[in-house]
Amino acid sequence: MIHATALTKTFTTGKRTVEAVRGLDLHVAAGEIVGFLGPNGAGKSTSLRMLTTLLKPTSGTATVAGYDLVAEPAEVRRRIGYVPQGNTVAPTAQVGEELELQARLYGMSRAEARDRVAETLRALDLTGVEARPAAALSGGQRRRVDLAMGLLHNPRLLFLDEPTTGLDPQSRANLWDHVRRLRDREGVTVFLTTHYLDEADALCDRILIIDHGRVVTEGTPADLKAELGPSATLDDVFLHVTGRELRESTAA
Amino acid sequence: MTALILARHYLRATYRSKLSVLFSAIQPIMFLVLFGPLFARSGVGSWDVLVPGLLVQLTLMSAGLAGFGIFIDQRFGVLERLRVPPAGRTALLLGRVLRDVVVLLVQAALLLAIGFVLGLRAPLAGLLLGLALLVVLAIGLASLSYAIALVMPDELFPPVASTAVVPLMLLSGALLPMSLAPPWLDVLSRLTPFRYVVEALRAFFAGSYGGAAVAWGMLAGLAFLVIGVALGTRVFHRENA
Repeated sequence: MIHATALTKTFTTGKRTVEAVRGLDLHVAAGEIVGFLGPNGAGKSTSLRMLTTLLKPTSGTATVAGYDLVAEPAEVRRRIGYVPQGNTVAPTAQVGEELELQARLYGMSRAEARDRVAETLRALDLTGVEARPAAALSGGQRRRVDLAMGLLHNPRLLFLDEPTTGLDPQSRANLWDHVRRLRDREGVTVFLTTHYLDEADALCDRILIIDHGRVVTEGTPADLKAELGPSATLDDVFLHVTGRELRESTAA
Repeated sequence: MTALILARHYLRATYRSKLSVLFSAIQPIMFLVLFGPLFARSGVGSWDVLVPGLLVQLTLMSAGLAGFGIFIDQRFGVLERLRVPPAGRTALLLGRVLRDVVVLLVQAALLLAIGFVLGLRAPLAGLLLGLALLVVLAIGLASLSYAIALVMPDELFPPVASTAVVPLMLLSGALLPMSLAPPWLDVLSRLTPFRYVVEALRAFFAGSYGGAAVAWGMLAGLAFLVIGVALGTRVFHRENA
């Protein structure tokens, strides 16, 4: 589903050049849930935005959902869903209308879009929210609306950027259930970033940890923990490979 | 097609906040109602001189300040969400611009209706041609407004845009014809495209559809459209737009 080789992204602002992602190699097979972890500023969001065609790589190659990321971005966009960090519906906007617009931007007719919106909302326990403004929804509901945005066109590959940040434990568990259902029932491949290591442990088949723009380790949660010992947690693994230094001080 | 889908969506949202459509037209309407009767008695000109100027003022305040509307979408990740589907980036811009044009036409119709009640008399062909020229100008203005709003720091756009509109409006000769201006002001005025559009509109409202004023006005409007849309499209294609 994703095959990236030496993906690099460099930002230049005035005289300053920052290499946010340095030679990222990654492979994600169909039907996997893969977690992409890393400290702040490690390059997770930049990598995700490259893989979802929102940023053009400085160099490197990738195929996403079977299409060349740089040469065929429109074909990639047709086949992927992306749920960014933060909400994607303005507070005063009507949820149903925003979803319908999103569906139409994928080429659905008005009738198809309406049906698909209703179906997706049902699947995500959001029946009845269509006519409400986004601000009237709970945090969990708003995040599921964001998830709905990414699923309207039945993508085979879904990118989730910190999907449960800011949600209470019940909402997080609910969203995890939905993500698992997507993979189990519909075979959707999921590539997610998260700071919650318990989430990565619970959801992911495989984990990649990125630091300073490069993948520093990868494996199943069980294998990664086993390398450190029988009682090791994913937090231990994370701190072992990325260190304990605060990233703010490193950046300074 | 995508632009039309987006325009329809934005118009639906605009319809729910109809008062905001009226508010952005309130200044030209106030000028029309409170300044117009004075102007009409001044001997400088009549309603068919003032109303074209107020229509350009309306276009500056409506389409020219369209960029305000993109801040919320940018802040709440809506713009990024709309970039994920395979919709063309130009369509993302034009969908908004089409909405702005429709809103402008509604506001212009209201201004013209009030103008007619007060005493404006202009041929139908002149009115329609004038509205067409305003549409051309509005497309360029709105596109440019979105481009600037996306490039400029958030906190700077509102004061800069609001401040820029006033001199541009005055230099266009919207309130008083620039034939009354001292030479230095006349030269300054000729550096803005809006002067030519106002003069073309005045020609249309007087029933004159050819001649230099019309030609220059159409040229200025079209040039503004091309430049505005080109810049707007370029910004919408930017990675972090």
